Amino acid sequence: MNTILSIQNVSKQYQIRSSQSAYLSLRDQLTQFKNPFKKQAKETFYALNDVSFNVQAGESVAIVGKNGAGKSTLLKILSRITPPTTGRIGLNGRIASLLEVGTGFHPELTGRENVYLNGSILGMKRREIDAKFDDIVGFSGTEKFLNTPLKHFSSGMQLRLAFSVAAFLEPEILVIDEVLAVGDAEFQKKCINKVQEVNDSGRTILFVSHNMAILPTLCSRGILLEKGQIKLDDQINTVIDHYNAPIQENDSSELINKEHFGSKNEFIHFSMRNAKNEIVNQFNHNQEIDVKINMCVPEFSQGMELSISLYDKFKRRVFTINEPLKAFKLKEDKTIELKLSLEKEFITPGRYSWLMCINHPGVANYDLKNDIYSFQINDVGSKFAAYDGLEYGNVWPRYTISQL
Amino acid sequence: MKDFKYIIDSKKNASFFSNILLYKELFYFFTWRDIKVKYKQTALGFLWIVLQPLLMMLLLSLVLGRAISSFTELQVPYPLYVISGLIFWNLFSSALASAGNSMVSNANIIKKIYFPRVIIPLSSVLTSAFDFLISLCILILVLLYYQHSIVFVLFLGGLIAAFLSTLIATTGLSLLLSALNVKYRDFRYVIPFLIQLMMFISPVMYPSSMFPEKFQYVFALNPMYAPIEMARFAIGIDIENFNMLFLSLTSACLLLILGTVYFNKTENYFADIA
Repeated sequence: MNTILSIQNVSKQYQIRSSQSAYLSLRDQLTQFKNPFKKQAKETFYALNDVSFNVQAGESVAIVGKNGAGKSTLLKILSRITPPTTGRIGLNGRIASLLEVGTGFHPELTGRENVYLNGSILGMKRREIDAKFDDIVGFSGTEKFLNTPLKHFSSGMQLRLAFSVAAFLEPEILVIDEVLAVGDAEFQKKCINKVQEVNDSGRTILFVSHNMAILPTLCSRGILLEKGQIKLDDQINTVIDHYNAPIQENDSSELINKEHFGSKNEFIHFSMRNAKNEIVNQFNHNQEIDVKINMCVPEFSQGMELSISLYDKFKRRVFTINEPLKAFKLKEDKTIELKLSLEKEFITPGRYSWLMCINHPGVANYDLKNDIYSFQINDVGSKFAAYDGLEYGNVWPRYTISQL
Repeated sequence: MKDFKYIIDSKKNASFFSNILLYKELFYFFTWRDIKVKYKQTALGFLWIVLQPLLMMLLLSLVLGRAISSFTELQVPYPLYVISGLIFWNLFSSALASAGNSMVSNANIIKKIYFPRVIIPLSSVLTSAFDFLISLCILILVLLYYQHSIVFVLFLGGLIAAFLSTLIATTGLSLLLSALNVKYRDFRYVIPFLIQLMMFISPVMYPSSMFPEKFQYVFALNPMYAPIEMARFAIGIDIENFNMLFLSLTSACLLLILGTVYFNKTENYFADIA
């Protein structure tokens, strides 16, 4: 295997200006010039800090990490939009970056003109666009509107046309930043197939996404970035498990307000108990789990609703509880308790987290807690234990097979 | 590291001009876009290219024509005098106005895609040059209207020299101002003012010989002095002062060097601050 991309000790440093102004003004510069002896308090931070890795030709690598981990900075440096502060990158092939679809689309130009403009911005030669024009338009499904100004396109059509141009890029290395979240489900499927096709044809792909569900189908290797550094570089499934690792390990009786809308209606207590009545965040798959959620609603009003959702590690919703809060005759302390029991062998092994919300639809959000109290269901010898890492769904159905 | 075809590091990657050649198609497409978009959804369309200088010529002739003609010897009718300078001035001023803001108005592209940034202000200059070529027909119409006789070789030579020196002046200042505007947005307000100011110290509306000799050298610092004088030469007006012509050309060349150097130096960081 030959290395097509080699990133060596790349760092990117940004300066945070204490004045907090969005951009420089000449006035600031002149006034600073008057006091050359005054020390400037300049804070610096590293968006990327000593990142090194190699990519082999034909590999497809996912780069994952939370917001601010340095993913986009890395892609920007790779696509030469901004230079690294230190370090070097060696490339053995042309790189095309897709940090956004439809870069340079102009609303006044027609669909046809925009295909040419966008194609050339993305680095295609004119002759190349001529040759692929029919395929691009066919893929986007906007043949009828080719001679209409882009501003009369629906936003979905604009995105589809934009993605179609990008889909026909043929560089040796393709860098993609979360652009697959485009269009309706059918078009997304088409896009994912297209990316797979590109990868199968032997080209190298670097892929940044928050959508954990599609990564395993597109990439074989994952790199987890955290605070500008590489935390893990491994098989994609291992990296996803790591990415989803819980932050809070302690007991779950106190609720931290993650997002609060200034209301006194709030969640006050949450607990998950195992069969031994202990509050934990690790359960065996054949254990029943008792969940208790307490909330306090001093500012009660008619029409308020309670929503609870369970999410799996791919941030897919497993189920949702949505109940109006009107039927209660509240006592002095105005608290409400929700009890929920997750039967044994109901949800499959893996990592899950909760979303909880008290709101009045269309009127107000009182309390919203997203992605909290993640917990782990451990496989202690289920039928699927042999297929570790295999994705087989979130719930186990109840069924019988018998002889008729 | 030597095994790799391309290297990205903190230094500049490729030389300025070979880079433009590599991206010549994109250069073409940006210019093509700007020309296409400029008069979209206007009823008169490309007619505006001709109408703007024509109306300006009529206006100036009405307001200033008689006064200036009585004050100094012009050798040609005032409208012809004005239009010959005005079309070159318009090339300069419209290019400067759009190029100055071009990096900021194309920030969304700069932040997402790599290409030599210099393409953007240069395509603004080319777009204005396209307008200029069309507006040349007004000059010819006015020449025909006054049945003004010219020597064809001198006419053509003068116009080409004027056009080239305008391009030098325009490109230099456009590069400088567009790069400065990325860093200091103050230039958004400075540029329109600068254009107005420079018009007053250019021989567009009146000859510099109207002023005392000391003051005339302020005109000569204006990089647009020389092109306009050359355009006047093309329609048969004598060149007033060769020293001043040379001075103005020098200032245009210096601006081109300064603009190119500053642009080249700051280009790398446009995406971070645009």
